[in-house]
Amino acid sequence: MRELSTKKITEAVRGLCIEANTNLSADVEVALNKALKDEESPNGREILRQLIHNAGIARKEKRPICQDTGSVVVFIELGQEIRLVDGSLEEAVNEGVSRGYTEGYLRKSIVSDPLRRQNTGDNAPAFTHVRLVPGDKLTINLMCKGGGAENCSAINFFKPTSSHDEISQFIIKTVELAGPNACPPVIVGVGIGGNFELAPLTAKKALLREIGHYNSDHDLAKWEKELLVKINRLGIGPMGLGGRATALAVNIETAPCHISQLPVAVNIECHAHRARKVEL
Amino acid sequence: MSAIKLTTPLTNEAINALKAGDEVLISGTIYAARDAAHKQFGLQPPFDLQGQIIYYASPTPTKPGEVIGSIGPTTSSRMDAFTPALLAAGLKGMIGKGSRGPEVIEAIKKHQAVYFTVPGGAAALLAKRVKTARLLAYPELHSEAALELTVDNFPATVTIDSTGGNLFEAGRNKYAK
Repeated sequence: MRELSTKKITEAVRGLCIEANTNLSADVEVALNKALKDEESPNGREILRQLIHNAGIARKEKRPICQDTGSVVVFIELGQEIRLVDGSLEEAVNEGVSRGYTEGYLRKSIVSDPLRRQNTGDNAPAFTHVRLVPGDKLTINLMCKGGGAENCSAINFFKPTSSHDEISQFIIKTVELAGPNACPPVIVGVGIGGNFELAPLTAKKALLREIGHYNSDHDLAKWEKELLVKINRLGIGPMGLGGRATALAVNIETAPCHISQLPVAVNIECHAHRARKVEL
Repeated sequence: MSAIKLTTPLTNEAINALKAGDEVLISGTIYAARDAAHKQFGLQPPFDLQGQIIYYASPTPTKPGEVIGSIGPTTSSRMDAFTPALLAAGLKGMIGKGSRGPEVIEAIKKHQAVYFTVPGGAAALLAKRVKTARLLAYPELHSEAALELTVDNFPATVTIDSTGGNLFEAGRNKYAK
């Protein structure tokens, strides 16, 4: 057994929250520059120029890219040969969020109760998902997810005999309904299969894939490219003011499912995509 | 395109000259308020509404030595239910992101007002155009408290103009294939 202190997890989560929120990752910036090159609409080009300029200011001055520094979604792969010491894993993650958001001057956007709506004051708790895996490594995938785009996400239960076309229409319609509200150009995470809880989780995990990388399954990769072309024909454009760049990427992931089911979840992510990974 | 300079409070004359798609640079006092502040103030916001602009925004915390943290827009449609009454009471402009409902668009036309979009996720850039920031009301709402901001050449796009011209529709129709 390898011993790992949860204090290291707290420190890692703290650092990832600050880094993700202030330093736009290279894949997103490359995608925004490509979108600017291809954009036909003058209003759309102006928006994209401002977004690229903004990323530069944020990086240089260590300022948050977006004022909505998000809810923190954490996927942990815990090697089963690790013995965690120095306290609870979940508390360690939340402590990392609390310190990252407080010491990093990030906005606190979490309320403790969905109806009474009292702000927790430190952006904790995170939404943490832990999976046991073979080995003695611990991997943290962390995403700071803005609220506006998340609100535009959807799930639908298709028939097992439904066609690819029907599923495509649902995915495209979800992006269309999101329209200007989701801060386009968006990233579209699609989870196909699983069940009522696993399909959205699969869609969220799909967002972790770097832009420009396609599914390793040839058919799914082809579908991702086709969907991106169709979405970028909608005309919604940057911030919905009209134009070509409605989405930067469509990432599909799948999961096994019941013979009677074909759930499809679409998780919408804004262009200010803030995700980071670390292995301990 | 060259940007039109606007100063608050907005006059009807300045508003009626704006067309959806125009780029503007706003200077003067504006007020930041979002969901929880709107629910709190109803028809009695903690400032004089006449000719003023509400910015649907709540910034990140201010670092020592800075004027304000990053401050971009939130989704405007969540404030739609409150907006027509505020426009009837004298509010003239709103800055946010995303679409507005039909009642808001009707009220914009009726009361000669304007809706501007600023890019969501350009919060660091927009913060540089804020020259002063002051807590106005509701500190208990934390990040959702109402703020008074002085802005200088704050860049925005006219998205719904006082005739009902709507860049979301016009822009999309132009570029849809």
